[in-house]
Amino acid sequence: MENTAVDLSAIERVEAARTAHITGAAKPAKVVAKGVDVYYGAKHALMGVNVDIPDRGVMAFIGPSGCGKSTFLRCINRMNDTISSCRVTGNITIDGQDIYDPALDVVQLRARVGMVFQKPNPFPKSIYDNVAYGPRIHGLAANKAELDEIVQKSLEKAALWGEVKDRLADSGTGLSGGQQQRLCIARAIAVSPDVILMDEPCSALDPIATAKVETLIDELRSNYCIIIVTHSMQQAARVSQRTAFFHLGTLVEEGATQTIFTNPVDQRTQDYITGRFG
Amino acid sequence: MNEHIVKSYEEELKLLDRRIAQMGGCAEKLLIQALGALERRDPKLAESAVASDATIDQLERELQDQVITMIAKRQPMANDLRHIMTVLKIAGDLERIGDLSKNIAKRALAIAGESHPKPLMTGMRHMTEMVQSQLKDVLDSLAERDIDKALRVWRSDQEVDAMYNSLFRELLTYMMEDPRNIGLCTHFLFGAKNIERIGDHTTNIAENVHYLVLGVPITDDRPKGDKTASTLMSTPQS
Repeated sequence: MENTAVDLSAIERVEAARTAHITGAAKPAKVVAKGVDVYYGAKHALMGVNVDIPDRGVMAFIGPSGCGKSTFLRCINRMNDTISSCRVTGNITIDGQDIYDPALDVVQLRARVGMVFQKPNPFPKSIYDNVAYGPRIHGLAANKAELDEIVQKSLEKAALWGEVKDRLADSGTGLSGGQQQRLCIARAIAVSPDVILMDEPCSALDPIATAKVETLIDELRSNYCIIIVTHSMQQAARVSQRTAFFHLGTLVEEGATQTIFTNPVDQRTQDYITGRFG
Repeated sequence: MNEHIVKSYEEELKLLDRRIAQMGGCAEKLLIQALGALERRDPKLAESAVASDATIDQLERELQDQVITMIAKRQPMANDLRHIMTVLKIAGDLERIGDLSKNIAKRALAIAGESHPKPLMTGMRHMTEMVQSQLKDVLDSLAERDIDKALRVWRSDQEVDAMYNSLFRELLTYMMEDPRNIGLCTHFLFGAKNIERIGDHTTNIAENVHYLVLGVPITDDRPKGDKTASTLMSTPQS
């Protein structure tokens, strides 16, 4: 009886450590948002969002269309600056640094925070140039050999190298949809970002290409802070460790993915993920 | 609770509830048949109990097929996922309850010619009635999603265990009194053990109802009453 009790506590400890790893609960926050509000002209699109996004993990944003999840994603690399009617208030920091600080160089910020879009959008250039473009303009390579290395490493990390290594001079737009999306991910990785934002990266892909991108996300998460917006609940459940649910411009619930999809706290979350929204 | 946007999903969940309710009804009926067969040493009733068990097995297979199709088709989440998974587990418990009841009925055939000591049958009857009412309550708690009712069933299992302990001792006494009772008493002992096991499956169902409704397991320590594993009848020293 005594032995059983000891064994159980050991199992519980291991289990707690394992769960903490999976849920990312023990990890320090990479991106911290406090009281973020977004207005498009008179429209109040996002209200008082507070969230800590851990490093080296995947956080998924889910919610119905128009709920504000993409708007919030675009705040993290200040993509919303490009919309003239858009106004952002509140505070967002990456590694403690305020990204809305007027002294901050937005171009540098966007190099640190890469983005992958819904539709693969390779430049109408060669595969090589697609990946080399970022490192070139940011001056990350001193010579051709270094640039070659960055291109190869990025394509390898994006699980595309094997498929394109013999045709680097071919146009990026000639690849299949899934390959184009992985090329876009390689392009994002090439400038060594800290954070990668993905806005529905698989919605234009077939199931096999989706599986490849999901595998890639799973591999990248050991080195990057990844934030993904997705309309597929199953995808959010598969790829993320933490999930945030947005509805009507507010962040309703944020927590370990496992909890959100088996036993969410808020009724609105429950209704949305089970397909009950009226 | 709001209804699903997809109507057919809603209907499938309702069908699942009807199926588990039907299975539960069959299991309740079977337990009553089994006790009747034992009490009256009625081979006809025993045979119909065996047939009822085949029905329960068939219902479980159908329910299982539906669950597998639903998981593939709907990819259920949150309360739907818990609903579907717990119903599947409860179906497993009901199937076991059916088997155990059938086994009691079969023993009725084996001891058909022997005379029953009346007090023994009273004990068996009392214990079975207790388990019957728990089974009924737990099935109600499932249908009504009533966790208080489920918790009451879960806590009352120790009374069944206590009954089983006392019946166990009584049977040992009969066997020591007259070795000719050993055959009959052994069948009774297995019968009583089966009823005690049915009580355990009933508490499993109560735990699943709790998880289905709240999404967390029951955390209390359940008082355990079965001490027969460590019971020995001391033989009189001469």
